[in-house]
Amino acid sequence: MNKLLNEEVTNQVKEFLKPMKEAITFVLFTKSGECITCEETRALLNEVSALNDLISLVEKDLEINSDEASLFDVTLAPSFIILDKDGVYQGVKFNGIPAGHEINSFLTAVLDMSGLDYQLDPAIIERLSKIDKDVNIKVFVTLSCPHCPGAVSKAHRLAMLNSHVNAEMIEAQTFSALSQKYNVSGVPKIVINETHELTGNQPLEAFLDELERL
Amino acid sequence: MFNFDIETTKETTEFDTVQLWDFLIIGGGPAGLNAGLYAKRKGLKVGIIAVDIGGQLHNTTDVDNYLGFSLVQGKELSDSFLKHVTDLDVPILKQTRVTAISKFDAGFLVKTDKFQDFRTKTLLISTGGQPRKLRIPGEKEFANKGVSYCTICDAPFFKDKHVIVAGGGNSAAESVLDLVPWAKKITVVHRSQWRADKILLDKLDKLDNLDIHLQTQILEIIGDEKMTGLRVLDKTTNEERVISADGLFIEIGTVPNSKFVEGFVKMNDNNEILVDDQQMTSVEGVFAAGDITLQPYKQIIISAAEGAKAALAAMTYLNHK
Repeated sequence: MNKLLNEEVTNQVKEFLKPMKEAITFVLFTKSGECITCEETRALLNEVSALNDLISLVEKDLEINSDEASLFDVTLAPSFIILDKDGVYQGVKFNGIPAGHEINSFLTAVLDMSGLDYQLDPAIIERLSKIDKDVNIKVFVTLSCPHCPGAVSKAHRLAMLNSHVNAEMIEAQTFSALSQKYNVSGVPKIVINETHELTGNQPLEAFLDELERL
Repeated sequence: MFNFDIETTKETTEFDTVQLWDFLIIGGGPAGLNAGLYAKRKGLKVGIIAVDIGGQLHNTTDVDNYLGFSLVQGKELSDSFLKHVTDLDVPILKQTRVTAISKFDAGFLVKTDKFQDFRTKTLLISTGGQPRKLRIPGEKEFANKGVSYCTICDAPFFKDKHVIVAGGGNSAAESVLDLVPWAKKITVVHRSQWRADKILLDKLDKLDNLDIHLQTQILEIIGDEKMTGLRVLDKTTNEERVISADGLFIEIGTVPNSKFVEGFVKMNDNNEILVDDQQMTSVEGVFAAGDITLQPYKQIIISAAEGAKAALAAMTYLNHK
């Protein structure tokens, strides 16, 4: 297979990852047999982790390593999570390949997890700290959607800042059955704890409004 | 395969909260970015506050009417604008929404949704527009249940389906072309005649799965759990009928993002800001440019040009003050 990232993009990514502070780990779950974008996702994570010494990649099989999969609540393939410097799962997950516009939410998550301060408004941090219920945020995206990475990054940041929150990108075309189950026909579509929905790249305040209503 | 759009994860860049700015620009689309370029070259203390960079350029795949570019992606054009402006070190405060503007002795106080306010001698309002809604029954109910305002985002959900595009301008024609790889059948419904460029209409002529209903007004979006069709009025026969379809892409122009300056500057009935031939609003020292003004032709190059004009006019205004 040819490289996914051409020379120009490789250099851009490398430059972008320079400010990384702490080590992070990708844990990728794929499966044998038919698996849409498993190969491409593996290639992407391999190529990106080769661009910075602070990134390592661990590969698992969804079926063979079912214990690990259930530990991180991984049910789809390809799916990967990002662990922090201590190997702790902060609730940041990508289901499907973060290509197209989603490369932005992917690289943003890498930098955020590696300890960069994203200077959120203290009022937002204060509100988020009061959320003490378990929260799952699903963000359905298409790779051609320019508004989607913003929604994914916000959901991931909420997860990184509050241990009760986990957030996952779901690439709607790869997981079309799941998209149909959640009646996704417009993206970004945000589903919180199965019951609360938001559409569009909403401000963090809109996420918090929903979280506070749970 | 990859569409880059990030330079930093920081919510804010270096943006001086204490200084009195010469010219503060609100909005990061073509008008705001070009104003930043022109003002910086004149030596003004200029900064840009924006929710996002590129504005509506991100909602379009191809741009083929910007002088010098036969065909360029909206995103690519936006990136090249941004690079030109950042090469000149124009400070940009991103992901920040201006909530209110008020006057004080030395100029204007700009309030934002972050924990910062800014002071400036003159300012430019260039916050553009957002997709206009049909404002008909069913539109809200079936939003994201068949009804979409972003063709490039949502086209993949309509693979082998029948979709309707509402509108008759260039955006509607572009939307049809963006749907071609996905939809089985496309129907255009528009209440009057085509306004799109002939060069685009010639491309549509070549499609064999396209139906066009002009002089047809959409009355209602109907469906159960998802939309199933439209109730329309044929204005030539004055008869109502139902067109069955799985999706509706609404491309009927934009509404100005001017709510935050309601009551501060004068607007027309469409909430577009009134400006004079120097782009100055009803408030001296406050300029407006781009899709937010009453100027009827909402085009990238016109927005950019108005931004340049506003920056030069602000310079003149400051010199004569």
